[in-house]
Amino acid sequence: MLQVLAQIQTRNRTGGTCEANNGFCPDWIADNYDRYIDPFLQHVFLTVVSVAIGFAIAFALALLAHRKRWLLPAFSGASEVLYAIPSVALFLLLLPVTGRGTLTGLVALVSYTLIFIFVNVTTGLDGVPEDSVDAARGMGLTERQLLWRVEVPLALPEIFAGLRIATTTTVGLAALAFFAGAGGLGEEITRDKGFQSNIAVAGGLAVLLALVLDLLILFVQRLMTPWRRAAA
Amino acid sequence: MKARSIPLALFAALLLAFGLGACGNDDDKGGGGGGEDQGSKGELITKVPGAGSKPAITIGSKNFDEQLILGNIYADALKAAGFKIKTQLNIGSEVVAYKTLRQGEIDAYPEYTGTALTILFKVPVPKAPKEKQEIYNQVKQRVAEKQITALPPTPFENSFRLALSSKKAKELGNPKTTSDLKGKEKDLKISGFPECNKRIDCLLGIQKTYGLKFGGFVASEEKYDVIENGSADVIFGFTTDGELTTGKYVKLEDDKTFFPPYNVSLLMRNDAFKELGPEGQKVIEQVQKPLTEKVMQELNSRVSLDKQEPEKVAADYLREAGFTK
Amino acid sequence: MTPVLASFLSDFGNAIEFLFKAQPSNLDPGTKVGGFSEMLSLTLKHIALSASAIGVGTAIAIPLGLYLGHHRKGEFAAINASNVGRAIPTLVLLTVFIAYIGVGFVPIMLSLALLALPPVLTNTWVAVTQVDRDSVDAARGMGMTDTEIITRVELPLSLPTIFAGIRVSAVNVVATATIAPLGSVDSLGTPIISENVYGEDGRLGAAIAVSVLTLLISAGLAAFQRAITPEGLKLEAGASRKRFLPKLRRRETATS
Repeated sequence: MLQVLAQIQTRNRTGGTCEANNGFCPDWIADNYDRYIDPFLQHVFLTVVSVAIGFAIAFALALLAHRKRWLLPAFSGASEVLYAIPSVALFLLLLPVTGRGTLTGLVALVSYTLIFIFVNVTTGLDGVPEDSVDAARGMGLTERQLLWRVEVPLALPEIFAGLRIATTTTVGLAALAFFAGAGGLGEEITRDKGFQSNIAVAGGLAVLLALVLDLLILFVQRLMTPWRRAAA
Repeated sequence: MKARSIPLALFAALLLAFGLGACGNDDDKGGGGGGEDQGSKGELITKVPGAGSKPAITIGSKNFDEQLILGNIYADALKAAGFKIKTQLNIGSEVVAYKTLRQGEIDAYPEYTGTALTILFKVPVPKAPKEKQEIYNQVKQRVAEKQITALPPTPFENSFRLALSSKKAKELGNPKTTSDLKGKEKDLKISGFPECNKRIDCLLGIQKTYGLKFGGFVASEEKYDVIENGSADVIFGFTTDGELTTGKYVKLEDDKTFFPPYNVSLLMRNDAFKELGPEGQKVIEQVQKPLTEKVMQELNSRVSLDKQEPEKVAADYLREAGFTK
Repeated sequence: MTPVLASFLSDFGNAIEFLFKAQPSNLDPGTKVGGFSEMLSLTLKHIALSASAIGVGTAIAIPLGLYLGHHRKGEFAAINASNVGRAIPTLVLLTVFIAYIGVGFVPIMLSLALLALPPVLTNTWVAVTQVDRDSVDAARGMGMTDTEIITRVELPLSLPTIFAGIRVSAVNVVATATIAPLGSVDSLGTPIISENVYGEDGRLGAAIAVSVLTLLISAGLAAFQRAITPEGLKLEAGASRKRFLPKLRRRETATS
């Protein structure tokens, strides 16, 4: 089967192989899985950092708007507009501004997390029963103590829900971050989109990542809200 | 000592194989300028003195498999020779790549002589020379005016040829040349990249030169996939496509010599070329010498059929050819 | 700073110019691409693809949600459909269809329909299960069949929430149709995917065009939703902040 031609070994390809037919090929996957490691790690990085930054920003903005209600429509409107811009478009629109690379990817991904976190923090804080607030005030708590010892803890389920949504959505959007030159699993997917093994591995890793992160956050939520476990 | 005679016998067999291989030439149009030497094993690349202290050279490439392989081969070879090399592969089409070269973002990229003349310099295809050395000379002259050097061309050319599935070819009575399609093409759908049907160096030119009127045009960026899923019967294939070695497809000869030659010449900015020096140029010429059509098809197959990465294919090529350890 | 700003503005200027005036193609300077008529044609194709997908997805999701919700079946599936849908990147959804089914209008449209399904299904199910029990009982008492109850009582009362789900789906589908050209289907994303042909200006121009289109559709649907939501439900929904986990938490808080 091997011909030696000017030292370059040519294979007889008339037989056809699994990968030449773009099928699902476990052998090929076993030999080539290492090409997915770096893109996967980059994908994790993009997701985690974006959600962290987005959470910091949106949480702060939601706290601000909780007290100054007139800010609500402005903030939620702005984050809604950002959300409506298709991710591919936002990555490309940022290219002339922030250049090509991870930074542009992060800026865009952070923008998309804002609406979920902002809406859910706000809803969570709004959902705190009036009685609890009155009781706390009655006990002499300052506004700051009220916020951090009563309102935020009671809003935690809602906040975590928003965090979960933001995270799973960001994993999905990070798949398109390669349009900004930020790498990620999407780059591997589009490298050979007709090749079933490639889609299965790269796509599978992305879905797995979303599920694992989702469960992780759920786990942290259970840890931080033991009183809910008793109720449930 | 019996054991010693085995390697000797193998060596003799290899020499015989090379001898036979050198006799059976692939269809290299024009065939001028030195012919392909498939017999000699490549020599290990030695470090060019002073290469490491020169400014870094950035090698670019266009955005398809063969270009990525070539870009990596040139980059790795120069690295082995001690040069500081940066790569910026997968830039885009020839228009974008050439612009990037002119602007100095990259120092070199591999371009096809036919493409350079007809697209970059807008010479109409019917007016382009059909001889390998002649078209190279014209390209060399034109890029020299832009302070760019065109290094000597590769043995292989990667031209366009109409291709169809072996099954379809059998149905049509086994055509061997493009002219053989005449009379049968009315029921055939032909596919090419978008705009191919409006370009004189693509479908429009084929129609004029061969008098073929196909049944329909399907715009697609994919080549062999459209045959597989039945969207088209005939495609514009690359002569070095790996798929052409599988036996599943048949390529038709360009018997009216419509297409110009498409050998690869590394285009390099003059300032970088000066840093490269004559020894650096020798490395380039040395490393592209074994690149015949068959070898290029093999390398392309490793990427498109074996699904290996171009970086690995380039590194393996340099090793197998004896240029690196 | 000024050179950066200047180049940034000129990039956008070129991109906008591409939308209105045809430019020489990047692949063959002899052919022209872009310009108003081509952009309009691509926009219409984008809308047609999106509308088909939303139509198919909704045509499956609403009846399914109505049926399951009315009979109080399939809670786990209906509620978690959206969660599962969110965990699958749109790029993966499309490329799975491309790799395992094929390219062309039908596979891509179906993948987008699958994308549109979960929000509408979840919202329909939740809305139906939250219809006031008294109304349903009264209707049953009047002798209405299940089908009649669904169509004449539960569906009308659920419409605002269902529409909220359709709105979420619509924005998702229109946004995702941008990468339809990966499956050989033309849309406003074609200049982005085929950058070889359309060039950087075309790519940026298309990004602008598709953003404007999606914003218009999102705003338009929002306005339409406000118009069709009866006053009472508007107040009750608390300015519908629960867009993304609709009314689910109400049930949660009700039981805990």
